[in-house]
Amino acid sequence: MGVRKNQANLTAQEKRAFVNAVLALKANGGYDPFVTTHNQFIVSDVDNGERTGHRSPSFLPWHRQYLLEFERALQAVDPSVNLPYWDWTADRTATAGIWGADFMGGNGRSSDGQVTTGPFAFSGGNWRLNVNTDSRTYLRRQLGTGVAQLPSRADTESVLAITTYDAAPWNSSSAGFRNNLEGWRGVNLHNRVHVWVGGQMATGMSPNDPVFWLHHCFVDKLWSEWQKRNPGKTYLPTAGTPDVVDLNERMKPWNTVTPADLLDHSGTYTYDTGF
Amino acid sequence: MSEDTHATELTRRRMLQGAAAALTVATGTVVIGLAGPGGGAATAADPGASDSFDEVFQGRRIQGRPADGGSHHHGGGAGTGYEVRIDGDELHMMRNADGTWISVVNHYQTFATPRALARAAVNDLQGATLVPIVTA
Repeated sequence: MGVRKNQANLTAQEKRAFVNAVLALKANGGYDPFVTTHNQFIVSDVDNGERTGHRSPSFLPWHRQYLLEFERALQAVDPSVNLPYWDWTADRTATAGIWGADFMGGNGRSSDGQVTTGPFAFSGGNWRLNVNTDSRTYLRRQLGTGVAQLPSRADTESVLAITTYDAAPWNSSSAGFRNNLEGWRGVNLHNRVHVWVGGQMATGMSPNDPVFWLHHCFVDKLWSEWQKRNPGKTYLPTAGTPDVVDLNERMKPWNTVTPADLLDHSGTYTYDTGF
Repeated sequence: MSEDTHATELTRRRMLQGAAAALTVATGTVVIGLAGPGGGAATAADPGASDSFDEVFQGRRIQGRPADGGSHHHGGGAGTGYEVRIDGDELHMMRNADGTWISVVNHYQTFATPRALARAAVNDLQGATLVPIVTA
């Protein structure tokens, strides 16, 4: 069973192993299908129709399964690798360690947003983007440009304090923990981080930037924390909801797991600490 | 004032007079039509959704118009009812439940109108061209 750690606490060896596994997955063709799958759901998840990966209750279990699939793909390359998470309430500047040349690489340059340092810089020859919104095939970032501040610890605590998982109409206008964490409502946690990073992270093809996985691993950790604080509460809705994944309904595209199956992750992975 | 400009002014004035005359006739006959849903009230209550635009923004041609939602395989499920193009290429977009808009280029950020969304995409593209979206 794996332990998912804060990226700030990884050893140099652990960082290297994670980066190398990601690069190996990219090289063997296993990475890009994850980008395609994500965007496929981004463009088809709608507020007034079927919605699975985003703007709906299954945003959290869908991404939990999506991360598990990705983590298993990395472990097929190197069994020692677990997903790390990025606590953006703590590492909140463009010069934080996560953006080092030994890990995610840095901010994009001012002329065209191109990331020019670290293992995912286009010039390194290992990170060409193939699933794109536009003609640019290099990784881009504009840290802190689209929005100045990452969510704070107080912002995050205020969302963790919402005791109802989700609410009708089960979309981007819902009250509840899920939508406030996703960020269509309230202080805006998850969406804001995508905008803060900018570049591909702001697009439907956001997994093109490997920091996507570290961001979503933290979102998953926050859900886990919420579950721990609200033992009497569960995933909603429970049954009979059109266009939305109910507690015991299987989720596309895997059609093998339900939200209920994913509520307890302790048999598969744990987190190093609480929030 | 040059003679050309003067002539143009006269022509404009005549056209306006003609339009006013036509309007007078129209108001006399189809009063309900003018005050009904075709008027400005619907647009004011629903900003952006029923307006078209076609402009050059930072050297890029951006166009937006209400569109038949049936063009998407979700049969309007895409929730759009609107189409935006940048230099002729479609920008995938959708409408949120609260009436705001998002595009595939700025997916995690909402915009009040399709025009604002199109301009934001132009800013992000920095001259790059949109490519068709691969979903399988």
